[in-house]
Amino acid sequence: MSISLCVIVNGNEHHLDVAPHHTLLDALREELGLTGTKRGCEVGDCGACTVLLNGKAVNSCLVLAAETEGAEVVTIEGVAGREGLHPLQEAFIREGAVQCGFCTPGMILSALALLRENPRPSDAEVRQALSGNLCRCTGYAKIVQAVLDASDASLVPGFGRPEGLRPSR
Amino acid sequence: MLSKLREFQYLRPRSLDEAEELIQQFGPDARILAGGTDLLVRMKERGLRARVVVDLKAIPGLAGIHAEPDGSLRIGALTTLGDIERSSHIRAHFPLLWQGASCVGSVQVRNRATVGGNLCNASPAADTAPPLLALGGEAILRGERGERRLLLEKFFTGPGRTAMGQEILVGISIPPNGAGSSLYLKHSPRRAMDIAIVSVAVRLDVDSQTGVCGKASIVLGAVAPVPLRARAAEQTLEGQRLTAQRLEDAARAAQEAAQPIGDLRGTAAYRREMVWVLTRRALVEASGAGEGSTFFQG
Repeated sequence: MSISLCVIVNGNEHHLDVAPHHTLLDALREELGLTGTKRGCEVGDCGACTVLLNGKAVNSCLVLAAETEGAEVVTIEGVAGREGLHPLQEAFIREGAVQCGFCTPGMILSALALLRENPRPSDAEVRQALSGNLCRCTGYAKIVQAVLDASDASLVPGFGRPEGLRPSR
Repeated sequence: MLSKLREFQYLRPRSLDEAEELIQQFGPDARILAGGTDLLVRMKERGLRARVVVDLKAIPGLAGIHAEPDGSLRIGALTTLGDIERSSHIRAHFPLLWQGASCVGSVQVRNRATVGGNLCNASPAADTAPPLLALGGEAILRGERGERRLLLEKFFTGPGRTAMGQEILVGISIPPNGAGSSLYLKHSPRRAMDIAIVSVAVRLDVDSQTGVCGKASIVLGAVAPVPLRARAAEQTLEGQRLTAQRLEDAARAAQEAAQPIGDLRGTAAYRREMVWVLTRRALVEASGAGEGSTFFQG
C-alpha cells in the first residue's frame, strides 16, 4: 500500500506515491532522481544525506517520506541559482574544501542552515554546526575555512532567502 | 552495511483519542514515532520489528514550550531538542535542561529528536533525563482513564522500560527553578555525536547570606539501569555549608550509589571512577567554588 503525498522540493511541487517504509532519502534519490543527496551510513551518523526540511538541517535517512506531506525540502540541487553557484559553493571550490566530494552536499546544506541562523559564526560555531557531517578526506580545516569565507559573502542581500537560497541576481 | 527498513503500516492519527485507539488496537505491534532518530535506527540496525508505526506529529498541541506565570515550564512531548536549544527562555531560566538537550547528537539529530522520545526510549544515558530529574520534572501521561502526572524519578524502570502503561507521554512539567545554580556534565569519547560514558546533573540551592545549602539534586546518567538520583550524596550537602570536604564526601557518595556496567565505551571500574570525578567537578563549579575562588582551598 503506498501513500500519496505532496512535497515541495527545491521550490517545485511534487506529487509522489511512496511506500510507508521508504525514507525521504529513498524518495529523493529513487523517485525524483536527485542523487546529489548521498546515501552514507543510513543511521544518522555521517550526515551525507543532509537536506533542509522546512528550513532545518536533517538527516534524510531518518525521516520517512510519508512524514514530509506538505513540507518544503531543499537538496544540493536547489542551492545553486540560475546564474551560477551559491557563494558557499564558490568558497568550497576556492578553498579546496572538496576532495572525493561525497560529504560535500551534506556539508553545504549544514553550513547553509548555520549561516541563515548565524551569518557571522566563529570557528568553533562552524565546527559545532558541522559536527554531524563526517569527512574522511580533508581533515575539516579547509571546509571550516570555506564556511568562514562564505560567512562574509552571506552578508550580501538575498543570501539564504527561505524560498530560493540563491545569491542576489 | 546499508540497512533498509522493512515494510510496515504507517498511521498518522489527528487526535490523541485516535492515537489511543490505535495503540489499544495494535498493542505491542505498534511503535510510536516522534522524531524517529532512535526508532528508525533501531528498526534499521537492530532488527526492531514494527508492524504498525503510529506517527504522533499530526496531533495538534503536542509540541511547544510554555512558560507559565508562576515560573514553571511546560514542554510538549514532541518539542524537538533543537527547539529547546534555541529557546532563550530555557537557556536563561532552566540552563540545566538547555545543556542536556544541546549535547545530544548533531544539529541534524536535534532538529528531529524530541524530548518525549528521548525520555520514552528510556536509555540510562539519555541526556535530557538527569537534568529533568534534577529539576523535579513530571511526565504528563494520557491514557484511557484521562491524564495523570508522574514524577520523572519514577518514570524509568529499567533500560528501555518505563512506568507507562498503554499511555502516551504528552508533555513534561517543570516547577519554577528559582535561583538555584546547576550544571550538567557529560563525559563521552567524542565531544559531539556520542553517547555519555558517564553524565551528571547537579542543582544546588545555596543561601548567599549564610552559605548553607538548601535542596540539593544530584542525578547520574549511564551508570545504572535507570537515570539515578544519588540521594545519599544529596543528603551529604543539604543543610550544610559547602566546604571542599563536603563536596568531596558527596562525590564519593555518588560514586558508591553508581551501579555501572562495562561496555565498549568504558569498563565498570572506569565509570565508577568517572562518577566521582564528574560529580566533584560539577559540584565545585555549581557551588561557585571553582577557579578564581579562595573558597575551595579551605
